[in-house]
Amino acid sequence: MKTNTNRFFLITLLCLICLYLNLLSAPINLRLGSSEFKRDLTLKKGLDLQGGTHLVLETDMSSIEEPDRITALESAKEIIIRRVDLYGVSESIVKTSIIKDSYRIIVELPGVKEVDQAINLIGQTAQLDFREDTAEDANEIDYASPSAFTRIFSFESTGLTGNDLKKSLVSFSNNQGAISEPVVGLEFTKGGSEKFALITNRNINRPVAIFLDDQLVTAPTVNEVIKDGRAVISGNFTPETASELSIQLNAGALPVPIKIIEQKNISATLGQDSIEKSITAGSVGLGLVMIFMILLYGLNGLLANIALLIYGLITLTIYKLIPITLTLPGIAGFILSVGMAVDSNILIFERLKEELRSGRPFSMALELGFGRAWDSIKDANIATIITSLVLINPFNFGFLNTSGMVRGFAITLLIGVIISLFTGIVVTRSLMRGAGRLLNRRPERISSRDAEGGRSLPIG
Amino acid sequence: MINFMKYKVIYFIFSLIFLIPSAYFLINYGLKPAVDFTGGTILEIFITPKDGVELSPDSVTNFIKDTINLNEVQQINDFTFLIKAQQFDQEISQIVKQNIKTNLGEVEEKRFETIGPTMGKELIKKTLIGVFIAAGFIMVFVTSRFKDKKYGVCAILAMLHDTFITIGIFSYLGVTKGVEVDALFVTAVLTILSFSVHDTIVVYDRIRESIKLYPKLSYTDLVNKAVTETLGRSINNSITIIFMLLALYLLGGVTTKWFVFALLIGTISGTYSSTFTAAPLLVLWEQKKNKYHTSKV
Repeated sequence: MKTNTNRFFLITLLCLICLYLNLLSAPINLRLGSSEFKRDLTLKKGLDLQGGTHLVLETDMSSIEEPDRITALESAKEIIIRRVDLYGVSESIVKTSIIKDSYRIIVELPGVKEVDQAINLIGQTAQLDFREDTAEDANEIDYASPSAFTRIFSFESTGLTGNDLKKSLVSFSNNQGAISEPVVGLEFTKGGSEKFALITNRNINRPVAIFLDDQLVTAPTVNEVIKDGRAVISGNFTPETASELSIQLNAGALPVPIKIIEQKNISATLGQDSIEKSITAGSVGLGLVMIFMILLYGLNGLLANIALLIYGLITLTIYKLIPITLTLPGIAGFILSVGMAVDSNILIFERLKEELRSGRPFSMALELGFGRAWDSIKDANIATIITSLVLINPFNFGFLNTSGMVRGFAITLLIGVIISLFTGIVVTRSLMRGAGRLLNRRPERISSRDAEGGRSLPIG
Repeated sequence: MINFMKYKVIYFIFSLIFLIPSAYFLINYGLKPAVDFTGGTILEIFITPKDGVELSPDSVTNFIKDTINLNEVQQINDFTFLIKAQQFDQEISQIVKQNIKTNLGEVEEKRFETIGPTMGKELIKKTLIGVFIAAGFIMVFVTSRFKDKKYGVCAILAMLHDTFITIGIFSYLGVTKGVEVDALFVTAVLTILSFSVHDTIVVYDRIRESIKLYPKLSYTDLVNKAVTETLGRSINNSITIIFMLLALYLLGGVTTKWFVFALLIGTISGTYSSTFTAAPLLVLWEQKKNKYHTSKV
């Protein structure tokens, strides 16, 4: 019985850790060698609970060559991330998804109230814009002086845009022969080259400003007329900043029209309402289950209820640690898994009753009951695990579901089943062994009314 | 031990009472797909009516029917309306809300969902593939655990029985109450698959165990014994799940109402089928096999 004491101790310890983690409001930050573990330990709520916007954007790749499509998609994602950040949405998610021939970008903006504005911001095609100074006195300005710098923001558009840019590349200049510094090369289309030649022609010794989404990227000074449609932007680039600019330029340069194919806005009030209702429903359901268990199995039922509470505590902690984003179907998955957690105990108690009926002492009946019930519990739960894995689609197979809603449900179900195996078997057994010893139970019948023969069904 | 298997024809007939109407409704009416499948737009709004304005689906319809290709306007409660239409975008939604605001009263948007038709087709296809893969895996798993393919096949048959009845009842609800089938329903169906097998395995496990303990009993008696012994557990367990689901159905949010209802049907059907479909099917299988091999029954 020493192992049981140990196990009891471990379970108590586990509960205390879970309780501590749940009550802890400060983020945890663990460092183990080179790996870091950071969690802020708040329960992540999905858009349907928190309110916000879910967008699926489809890119029109018809004008992009097959091999360049993934780059184009990534570039488009980059712009969207930049725009979302610009908008100041915390915890936004932007990800790409490729299904056969459709290249998509999924955007989740939690807690956004001005949805229309956010969507307009994202929906714009990235605008790369070359601008010049068209003021009368342009020739007399010393652009090197800091006071002249602000003029750049009143530059007029030249009509040369991202649509005229063929591509942008990072290269390394070696003009001084000494240290090569990274530069960003531009290559225009045919029409773009012509426009660019005219622009450089009228702006010699003056800056031409490059704007991306109305933000100044750079404003290099034109040294000579450029006719071949190739230009180089040099500046104080590091390889990183050069490649970042190049990505931005490519992003602006790629005419990938974006179309919203799916949009869901959920107001925060609706989300709050759903949470409250689910909590009420969950509590009432759980209360009924607990009463039912006590009525049916007495003290054992009470112990099972304690195991069930431990189950809830561990599950909540796991949700926070992984972290799991809780959605409405996710809550349903959790509630369903409570039902399945209770099932393990019912199977065991029914077995236990049978063993007691055949006259075995409690401690022996307990071990036999658990042992015999284990086979069916194991097989039945593996079947559930198989289904939830198919639903979760962990390898992201294109032919299976990747919808967040279905996954949210399946993940909570999976976690629920696995934890319920632990609490239903290990925790309940330890509690029952402990209680068995405390009460020093003698071979007894749990409930005489259920004794064999006392039960007869009207059929037969 | 009760001789449950003596009445197996009655159980099959009872199942058919549900299966035949299910088939009838599915063949004639199919399911009523929600926007998740067809593509389209849902706009849920809360209207604070101006003085003297009477809110009704008709009054809402009047002011928006020219702007959008309307399918239906549903009144959820006194002030909340659900507008379902062919796909329209955020800009149009502004016009719709503006129209209602000018004519009826202040509008608060609660939910706006718009889904392109391509998404729907994908979802149907992926779900079917998901069902087949899950069923395949479970059949292989059950067969390997019980070392006989009749267990795998009968477990899958019982599972399909539950799924079919659930889908059939939703077809009926679609015709009579306009209940739509959405992505959540798909999730419910997949859950029913796993619950059904879960329950069936518990019964089969008893048969497997009894075969070892009582090698002299006939197969029918073994099944009878297993069913007698597991019936109490089956019912008790289902009651706990039904408690949870009923609470969710009655007290939970509107969004998950039909989802929970589907799970409820599945749970009840799953409990019935594990005892009264999956087990008798095994007996039937065994009898047919014996008939085939020997001339004696």
